[in-house]
Amino acid sequence: MKRPILLKGRAWALRDEKGRAIDDIDTDQIYHNAHLAITELEKMGRFALGNLPGWEDFPQKARPGDILVVGQNFGAGSSRQQAVDCFRSLGIALIMGESFGAIYKRNAINSGFPLMVCSGIISQSGKVDSGNILEVNLSTGEVFNHTTGKKIEGGERFSQVQMDIYQAGNLFEYGKTILP
Amino acid sequence: MGKTIIEKIIARHCREKVTPGKVVWVDIDLRTARDFGGANVVENFRRNYHEDRVADAAKTFFAFDCVAPANNIPYANNQQICRDFAQQQGIKVFDVDQGIGSHILIDKGLCLPGYIAVGTDSHLNLLGALGALGQGMGDVDIAFAFKTGKTWFEVPETIKVVVKGKLSPPVSAKDLTLAVLKRLGSKGALGKAIEFCGEAIDSLSLDGRITLASMVTEMGGIVGFITPNQEVLAYCRARAGKEDIEAITADPDAHYCQTIDIDISGLKPQISLPYYPSKVANVDEVEGERVNSIFLGSCTNGRWEDFKMVAFILKGKKVHEGVMFKAVPSTREVYGRLLKKGLADVLFDAGVILTSSGCGGCASGQVGMTGEGEVQLSTGNRNFKGKQGAGKTFLVSPATAAVSALYGKITSPDKV
Repeated sequence: MKRPILLKGRAWALRDEKGRAIDDIDTDQIYHNAHLAITELEKMGRFALGNLPGWEDFPQKARPGDILVVGQNFGAGSSRQQAVDCFRSLGIALIMGESFGAIYKRNAINSGFPLMVCSGIISQSGKVDSGNILEVNLSTGEVFNHTTGKKIEGGERFSQVQMDIYQAGNLFEYGKTILP
Repeated sequence: MGKTIIEKIIARHCREKVTPGKVVWVDIDLRTARDFGGANVVENFRRNYHEDRVADAAKTFFAFDCVAPANNIPYANNQQICRDFAQQQGIKVFDVDQGIGSHILIDKGLCLPGYIAVGTDSHLNLLGALGALGQGMGDVDIAFAFKTGKTWFEVPETIKVVVKGKLSPPVSAKDLTLAVLKRLGSKGALGKAIEFCGEAIDSLSLDGRITLASMVTEMGGIVGFITPNQEVLAYCRARAGKEDIEAITADPDAHYCQTIDIDISGLKPQISLPYYPSKVANVDEVEGERVNSIFLGSCTNGRWEDFKMVAFILKGKKVHEGVMFKAVPSTREVYGRLLKKGLADVLFDAGVILTSSGCGGCASGQVGMTGEGEVQLSTGNRNFKGKQGAGKTFLVSPATAAVSALYGKITSPDKV
């Protein structure tokens, strides 16, 4: 079962009220520790970004297939899988960011959740704003903004392990194919 | 070309050639889960592997340290899910009385220099204090590690951080750590390993090494290694009950992607301002701000040396009227020593609230969250907005916490 390589969706650019990209968003801002005892995926979505000023209503605004665009070091902090799962729960198709916390990146890759590094995508103005329609190729790293009609440079293609796990579904399924 | 420490450790655990940037599969020495994330690990395991056995129960552990003992039903349920699973599988549980899992791995002699240990704790990389590769991971990764004993790693590049100069009390390992964090920033080591060396590092005790290694997470790093000295090796040998334990050292011609020199001569006590660990200033720049509460503890500063320093400062004195001083030893071992060596009496007489061991207020707030407007000084490692409640948290050394507690306001310990 092949999963899609081309993703097209509406963007949410994680900027503050002054229009600046928010860097260093930690996992407590993404998914607060008050909700950590929850283990069911479907219950996690409603808390996504619930502790990030200005973005508390994100779960109500987001639609399945949307693309989240973030700044540097997104997902710093704790190892909680819920900080990835809350976006899976909402049906978010992809997170594009300038850089990610190391554990966060692993957690996304292992759940088969698409996450792409794209330098400058939010800190440089004019590349993407909330509401723009983006089209992203996971295997080449090509990004096109249909709203502005412009190509966005800086996208990094999925690494081999990331693509393999994504195509298998998740780490568990991938493991069955490569380990005895 | 020579190898860095992380390249050598990974190479010892896999059957492939190890170079930075390459993805390799490694055999893991230890895998752990906490009450935080543990139930999700069990759920992932059961959903994917049903009634299968874990790869090696003797290398698999649970440690309940976040909400210990549980103060709410969901956490109590999750701990019980882990206990039941552990019993079925023959896995050892360090239960709610035992303290912080990463410290237990060190103090029980389970983790040794050169080991690879993974767990649902983003500060598990404090095992770098032993020259071991500890790595925090999510519950998918850990469930997979429970079942297979393996994980994948993208071999990271290494930054060499050379710290020159000498620490002179009351400036401590925490101040050194915050100074390094200030220099590197929250993203300075993003996705990379660090090797710490230099005069100031060599002279750190094991407790001080743990403090420094624990905050590599806040620098964005995978792990920060400190090559064990004779004192650390002797500790590991005594705790593990075996002699053949050696440090893994980098080759002289190892390749580093960056070398950073930091001179801590004349360093003043350091403090992280709300709401970022890397927003570091000298304590005297914010001196005088009113303090409502103190948290002494965490995997960064909850050890014997930290408590000894605080007891030394508080002995025969009283915490300022209106200041809550919460003290949570990292492990039951530290707690026991405090009780038996008379330090618990000193803390009690000074007005400190001393509790059983665990992560305390640093994690989910089993011991005290902050209210709106409250100013807290914490010896922990994170002060993100909202993490420990609605108040403002500053990160400090145990000495700064203790002296500030006496005055009821932020006070630099070098002034008194």
